[in-house]
Amino acid sequence: MSILADSKTRLISQGITGATGSFHARQMMEYGTALVAGVTPGKGGSLFDEKVPLFNTVAEAVKQTAANATVVYVPPPFAADAIMEAADAGVPLIVAITEGIPILDMVRAKRYLEDKPGVRLLGPNCPGVISPGAQCKIGIMPAHIHRPGRIGVVSRSGTLTYEAVFQLTQLGLGQSTAVGIGGDPVNGTDFVDCLKMFNADPETDAVIIIGEIGGTAEEAAAAYIAREFTKPIAGFIAGISAPPGKRMGHAGAIIAGGKGTAAEKISALRNAGVLMAPSPAELGTTLQEALRRGSKPKQT
Amino acid sequence: MKIHEYQAKEVFRRYGVAVPRGFLAQTADEAEDAARKLGTPMVVVKAQIHAGGRGKGGGVKLAKSPAEAREIASRMLGMMLKTHQTGPLGQKVRKVYVEEGLPIAQELYLGATLDRAASRVTLISSNEGGVEIEETAAKHPEKILRQTVDPAVGVLDFQGRALAFGLGLSGGTVSKFLDFCRALYRAYLETDASLAEVNPLVLLKDGSVVALDAKMSFDDNALYRHPDIVEFRDVDEEDPIEAKAKEYDLSYIALDGNIGCMVNGAGLAMATMDTIKLVGGSPANFLDVGGGASQDKVTAAFKLILADEKVRAILINIFGGIMRCDVIAAGVVAAAKEVRLGVPLVVRLEGTNVEQGKQILKSSGLPIISADNLRQAAEKAVLAAGRS
Repeated sequence: MSILADSKTRLISQGITGATGSFHARQMMEYGTALVAGVTPGKGGSLFDEKVPLFNTVAEAVKQTAANATVVYVPPPFAADAIMEAADAGVPLIVAITEGIPILDMVRAKRYLEDKPGVRLLGPNCPGVISPGAQCKIGIMPAHIHRPGRIGVVSRSGTLTYEAVFQLTQLGLGQSTAVGIGGDPVNGTDFVDCLKMFNADPETDAVIIIGEIGGTAEEAAAAYIAREFTKPIAGFIAGISAPPGKRMGHAGAIIAGGKGTAAEKISALRNAGVLMAPSPAELGTTLQEALRRGSKPKQT
Repeated sequence: MKIHEYQAKEVFRRYGVAVPRGFLAQTADEAEDAARKLGTPMVVVKAQIHAGGRGKGGGVKLAKSPAEAREIASRMLGMMLKTHQTGPLGQKVRKVYVEEGLPIAQELYLGATLDRAASRVTLISSNEGGVEIEETAAKHPEKILRQTVDPAVGVLDFQGRALAFGLGLSGGTVSKFLDFCRALYRAYLETDASLAEVNPLVLLKDGSVVALDAKMSFDDNALYRHPDIVEFRDVDEEDPIEAKAKEYDLSYIALDGNIGCMVNGAGLAMATMDTIKLVGGSPANFLDVGGGASQDKVTAAFKLILADEKVRAILINIFGGIMRCDVIAAGVVAAAKEVRLGVPLVVRLEGTNVEQGKQILKSSGLPIISADNLRQAAEKAVLAAGRS
């Protein structure tokens, strides 16, 4: 087992014929993902790479291929519409990779999703999700650094997720699923959603959570962990050296009005029983230590 | 993107948010002229810089005559205005805004911004207007009123009333405040703002509601559909290196230290800065070259880092995912040769084709210090910065 992506995943790619979309479509298929359709308005009826059928609308693609997930590479001005189109077609998992979607577009899209209870959004501005044991990758992460295994990874940042996965793999610790929830201030699936799924997944033994400055998603995660999470868990927060008032690349990574600092988040997670990595070079070894200490580690 | 107060008031006017009459002045003559045109017994001369806290720093002054407005403007224009938001050197005042003085009965606070936890826009109000709202929020959270707006229906009447009665308003002012809230929300929504703040919002003695100050900033990702807002950009107010970085689609933030950083991905970039601090060094910048760092981008990034004279060493930390390490290494070598690098360069490469990448660095003949992991890279950079 794994979370979000598995061997039953039948994936659509929205924006498959663009430069980014086509490159990653091939990468995903090469890894083993069942990419069953592409959607590009106006190109319906033709084939991508002579094998993947293209459709004009998501609804048509779902009807013809029984797809149950979609990955969105559509450019920012049209991405929120693409997300809502997929939601309207009832696709249960929408993974939005696109970076730079206007925030108010996402406010509207999230409101739209509230009326679609069976639909889950991951992202936007995220690397996606990968379950190495199921050879299922939905997104843009470098597949070769992953190994099948029993560690869950959840992170707001792309390359820092890769860093964590790489360190785990080097220590011989494979991953059940690695999820990037994205760095935007308005996004879909959050830490708590992922932690609940990992907690319930019989094939995940321990989890590493990677947050960053800005917002209160890590504090919400800490509250959930303290309340219900039972497995060993390690963590890291990026941005302890970031000055307030400056946006650190991600639209969401900003310390504003004295809120969202790394120190607050580290302390919230530590108090909840998360073993915090002293530096990003020790993500893997900290998880290993958390595993060694057993279910939710005692703090020293 | 940030804009000036006088520009925010221009936006407010377009959406029917009540603001005082005023004129922009770039010379003392223009300020005197503006005061005369306003014709009120009192005018306010306000320094136009992007930072807040101008009043405390001496950037907002009352004048009782056009001659006094002239005198104040002549002192204000060209001064380095220091506030808690400008940094120690202050920001040079290039323009002043001359506004009519108004008979104020009460000062309030009203702002619109994104509530991240709710993923919706929220109206925030308080009757502690004119002071630091963050301070009020921290010390007296009960004095902050909020109404979160459902994007499907906008600001509802009852929400405006809840704020108004919560602030202790009564009579005809309630409906005027309601109109003000709706107009402010519309201004926020239709310009893709990230902040629309009125501090203070004033009630006049005749019961009307006016934005005495105005602060707006905008979502950079949505500027493509607001050419009228882009026109408000004032490059004098921006850090020149950060402005240059934007041209190359690089995310760069200047910091105080001496180790220049070049990293792919925002999270990893922050983590790299954190590690430098942890091992006793200090980063000169945050720089995210993004996922698809081409040779041109790497060269541009090098130039940006070297434009900062404080830089004593450069640390490159790249996790090659889709982007291959050999391609990045070739880019680094070419860029280092082109800019005739004069400071030590520490490179940590990981990911796809890492061995070929390291080989390219080794055989380049450049004095590149390579590192195998994040911590080692930071330690080597700190050591190198101390020596050079």
